[in-house]
Amino acid sequence: MIKIRAIAQKEWAEVFKNRFVLFTVAFLPLIMTALPLIVLYGMRTFDGFSDVSTTDLPSEFISLCGDMNGAECSQYFVVSQFMLLFMLLPLAIPVTIASYSIVGEKATRTLEPVLATPVSTLELLSGKAIAAVVPAVLATWLGFTIFAIGTMLISESVKITGRLLDPVWLIAVFVLGPLLAIAAVNVAVMVSSRATDPRVAEQLSMLVVLPLLAVFFGQVTGLILINETLILWMTLAMIVVDTVTFLIAVRLFQRETILTRWK
Amino acid sequence: MIQTIELTKRFGEISAVENLSISVESGEVFGFLGPNGAGKTTTLRMLAALISPTQGTANVAGYRVDGEDDEIRRSVGILTESPGLYDRLSAERNLSFFATLYEVEDVAGQVERYLRMLGLWDRRRDEAGTFSRGMRQKLAIARALLHEPKVVFLDEPTTGLDPEAARLIREFIGELREQGRTIFMCTHNLDEADKLCDHIAIFNNRLLALDTPDALRRELFDRKVVFHLRAAGDDLAQILLKLPYVHAVETMENKLVVTLDDPVMHNPEIVRALVDAGADIQFVGEVRRTLEDVYMHTVREPAKK
Repeated sequence: MIKIRAIAQKEWAEVFKNRFVLFTVAFLPLIMTALPLIVLYGMRTFDGFSDVSTTDLPSEFISLCGDMNGAECSQYFVVSQFMLLFMLLPLAIPVTIASYSIVGEKATRTLEPVLATPVSTLELLSGKAIAAVVPAVLATWLGFTIFAIGTMLISESVKITGRLLDPVWLIAVFVLGPLLAIAAVNVAVMVSSRATDPRVAEQLSMLVVLPLLAVFFGQVTGLILINETLILWMTLAMIVVDTVTFLIAVRLFQRETILTRWK
Repeated sequence: MIQTIELTKRFGEISAVENLSISVESGEVFGFLGPNGAGKTTTLRMLAALISPTQGTANVAGYRVDGEDDEIRRSVGILTESPGLYDRLSAERNLSFFATLYEVEDVAGQVERYLRMLGLWDRRRDEAGTFSRGMRQKLAIARALLHEPKVVFLDEPTTGLDPEAARLIREFIGELREQGRTIFMCTHNLDEADKLCDHIAIFNNRLLALDTPDALRRELFDRKVVFHLRAAGDDLAQILLKLPYVHAVETMENKLVVTLDDPVMHNPEIVRALVDAGADIQFVGEVRRTLEDVYMHTVREPAKK
């Protein structure tokens, strides 16, 4: 554990001196948190908002509104779309950190001296994964907390905040989020084994957000309804994906593979 | 301290190291020379337990390669071809990190010790990226020694350094030898290898020659002594040719170049013969073949040893 902690601390000391990484970790959550709150505020201050009906909302979504009026349901719909952004953060941030962390070391040839120490590849990979996952998860949770407080202050009624704290979104943010972050790191490791530039690795690894974007558009168009069932299935699927991608990542992160096959 | 038996490494169809059998004694400085792409770094990586051999065996510091790799990594230090330092971290932070990975007990103490030893203590809080090439190399050497390894692998320790920095590194290597550490050094600097190494192996995917520098010279080249005279002539050459231990004499302007087996034993007799013949000897010196001569001859005309 001492070595894993040392590796993670070294990663944070080094990677966060990179302005681009710092920007991604700090600015992205800020945007994801502020944007929906601005939209919510704009909706509330819009003349005639209290008379809005639910006719333009997907019928499947209306069933989730329960006893909410049109304005409340509309705000809840907007909030639901932005909630998916809090699942995007744990995908995007680790990809950035891990890409700069792994490909950066490959470019500067700092991995070989580390591999020459008695650290195991599992310790090394775990340290790098923690260094990428922890900031992402903390930023996501902090952003969600701020968003929840902001929604409570800005939204039409407390019913909307109550929906935010629904098991669906709590599982999505606090369970599924970390699982997404782990998957992102594993994908970044796989891509980094072939990439020679951190920015290329980052851009290729960002493809990992595509499935989530598909869910987002599906929800917006009414094709997909994010409910407890879907979130639970996604959580189970991510456990399987994390396990498989982790095993591949560990295999790619072996000493001999890194020294002889990583380009 | 290091022993290999038919150590081989292949990457697919390509044979990087073929049937290498060497033995390095404890406290020795062992030079491993060869052209680019000869497999020196591959050999070094196998011995440092970074990659596994395809065939053959090796023991380093009493531990078996590809069987007791963690113990080997605890017992050896390695200076890689590229220093591989974290440019955005300070010198102190760089070393502290590696000291932790090497399971050093007194991290702060060892870091201070080696920073002071290598003259980097005053720059300990500066980022490694601000260091000169020589300082980076010293820092990388400090990193390789933090855990007090019995065996130190050095891959091109003075490449790219200015003469003063290179000299400091060579002196430091000498100090390491005096401490009883075993040094395994890959280098292209033949003069450095000649000065530092107890034994030298010349390698090009397979072992071409292995011995002390002087023995390699004697084996490949005759020993020649140059007598600088005020005036040299064929008559003096004929006198020397009558001596039983003289193989050949060349006359070059005012010099006689005498080929013989043992100059130390026979130089006094040759001097007496020349003086008795009326020659004025200005000075005497041996034609010393360089290690470069040995290397070029061996690499161009490989002969299995």
